[in-house]
Amino acid sequence: MKMNGSQMVCEAITREGVKVVFGYPGGAIMNVYDEIYKQDGFKHILNRHEQASVHAADGYARATGEVGVAMVTSGPGFTNAVTGLATAYMDSIPLVVISGQVPLSLIGTDGFQEIDAVGISRPCTKHNYLVRDINDLPRILKEAFYLARSGRPGPVLVDIPKDVTAEFGEFDYPDSVDMPTYKPSCKGNDRQIKKAAEAIINAKKPLIYIGGGTVLSNASELVRELAQMTQIPAVETLMARGVMGAGNPLLLGMLGMHGNYASNMAMSETDLIISLGARFDDRVTGKLSEFARYAQIIHVDIDPANIGKLVDVDYPIVGDIKIVVEKLIEQLQERVNPKNYESWRDVLKRYNTLHPQSFKDSDEVLKPQWVIERIGKLVGKEAIITSDVGQHQMWAAQHYPFDRARQWINSGGLGTMGFGFPAALGAKVGCPDKVVINITGDGSILMNMQELVTAAEYEIPVINVILNNHYLGMVRQWQTFFYDKRYSETDLSYQPNFKALAEACGGIGYDVTTKEEFDRVLLEAIERKKVCFINVAIDRLENVLPMVPAGGALYNMMLEHKD
Amino acid sequence: MENIRRVISVIVMNESSVLARVTALFAGRGYNIDSLTVAPIPQSNFSHITIVTKGDKRIIEQITKQLNKLVPVFKVMEHEEMIEKEMVMVKFSVKERLSDIAALCGAYNGGIVNVGPDIVIAMAADEPRRIEHFLEATQIFNPIEVVRGGVVAIER
Ligand SMILES: Cc1ncc(C[n+]2csc(CCOP(=O)(O)OP(=O)(O)O)c2C)c(N)n1
Repeated sequence: MKMNGSQMVCEAITREGVKVVFGYPGGAIMNVYDEIYKQDGFKHILNRHEQASVHAADGYARATGEVGVAMVTSGPGFTNAVTGLATAYMDSIPLVVISGQVPLSLIGTDGFQEIDAVGISRPCTKHNYLVRDINDLPRILKEAFYLARSGRPGPVLVDIPKDVTAEFGEFDYPDSVDMPTYKPSCKGNDRQIKKAAEAIINAKKPLIYIGGGTVLSNASELVRELAQMTQIPAVETLMARGVMGAGNPLLLGMLGMHGNYASNMAMSETDLIISLGARFDDRVTGKLSEFARYAQIIHVDIDPANIGKLVDVDYPIVGDIKIVVEKLIEQLQERVNPKNYESWRDVLKRYNTLHPQSFKDSDEVLKPQWVIERIGKLVGKEAIITSDVGQHQMWAAQHYPFDRARQWINSGGLGTMGFGFPAALGAKVGCPDKVVINITGDGSILMNMQELVTAAEYEIPVINVILNNHYLGMVRQWQTFFYDKRYSETDLSYQPNFKALAEACGGIGYDVTTKEEFDRVLLEAIERKKVCFINVAIDRLENVLPMVPAGGALYNMMLEHKD
Repeated sequence: MENIRRVISVIVMNESSVLARVTALFAGRGYNIDSLTVAPIPQSNFSHITIVTKGDKRIIEQITKQLNKLVPVFKVMEHEEMIEKEMVMVKFSVKERLSDIAALCGAYNGGIVNVGPDIVIAMAADEPRRIEHFLEATQIFNPIEVVRGGVVAIER
């Protein structure tokens, strides 16, 4: 079928099953927008900033497991999208981002709104393309979707010069992809899996270490089964919250810099780490030379480069978590004896009673942890929780009763403030039946607050709970602990009127200072089905604890802070 | 961990910006490039990049893994048993002792390749370590300019 480049883009998006595209038009991408106007294969949502478009596509992808698609123009449109690409890249989120580019004849001339998009995005995409020939476009689009979702997922950029979007060519959309240079291995080596099973059977203090790869691989049911059948305790990374399910007696909690005592001690004392889609990030390991000193390591990851990158691994297994865990379960069936780990479980239980994840509530002022637990009580399983970056993110990760994978959406790898609100929009668009709540801070929310307008226009009822401490709280906490309370540029005493701000953009605003108010307001907000800001005044100087100071050993946690 | 020298061959799709992907990876992740050569492989869509690098064991392993991750990379070979050669060209004044220069080059698989009114150009092609020796030996002839070609290697 003959089509122009813009029609090809729309047709490919439709054929890939994408129902919604987030984007922002401009000169170089106008031909494509003209075709978007004419088609009805997918819906387009106009965010009010390209960064938000990419985060929204990202939130959509995280919530649904499908590829998210964003579209931007050349030059500033593209550069605005870069933070979104980098955010998705660090967390391995499948995205296809289409950017306009100046016409081929202008490339290299410093033309109006020309920027080397492929050059800039190289380190923050899984792969990227500059389309130089209309005849390559169908194949490139097909490859882009395939690359984004296969193997270790990630964002793919397709940069299309304006003249290519106008040119006609044959649209032969391939059914499958054949790339001689790209063959991810998913199955896991059977001999290694056998050996790993043997190691599990012989271990005394094994620990399942669950990372975001488990979520990406949709393997949480199987991982629960593995834990259940072996009765091996488990810890989750920030990216894996929800995999085991709150209340699961085998789940110790989150580990790492703000992990709980039992999780970090378990990691420090285990004799066998069963790492499933985790990557031994520095926020998890603390000081590497002190990390898990007594442990052998089984490392399952779809990306071979993750294995052996930071720690030496005894049982490397390259493969998809789902497939490998299934095989592991098969190997362990009727051979593993859960009793063998009983005394280890008892030790960890004792650690948990010694220092449970807790906080001191107050009657005078709202504690952020209370607010989060309260949201959990009121909406619990039904909600999708997104967050920004800072203390509120850590409190949410620590205290929310996450029940399933994909319920918790946050920027773990890049730590992008401004991610939460647009990601919540994407999640809500992808899962309209769920209540979607962005837990945010008074710093972060301002970094994409223009999305109030998007949410109001498209009637996307996302609830933003602003845990307002009038500080860039996480930075303030480090200044309290490590910089002698010199609060350099972190005091946010000067505040916008959040309530009025939300209302000015067509949403609803609430100010909350008491527990009673919070309950009433949250339920009302859910009822009213409109985008809103719930501005919650919290204890200004509350800290996130426990804390492993950066570079410290994981077992040296600050459990409380005394002045 | 101790730094080791490694010669790595990377077979890549012959497409635009693939070299940039490879070099950007080294720059972005802080890996060393001692030398890099690239040329198309005859009768194929592939090019052969030869990289000489240094790093400890973990880094070398990461380099090969990260290279393998690049989408247009077909194959990465960390050479163990290889023949490696490097070429070098050196410019001298014609006033130097030309027969001695010719003899020296001869000992390193080379010779004098061009003679002009004022200068001569000589070349050698040999193992990288021997090329170092060659360049040391040329010092007494006051070389005006030296251009090294970078290492190419082939597995035995
Ligand atoms: C885009 C961006 N800029 C800066 C930072 C560094 N940073 C991390 S947390 C934080 C403070 C966040 O403040 P707020 O959103 O109010 O959340 P709180 O920590 O108070 O809960 C800052 C500035 C970041 N992560 N992202």
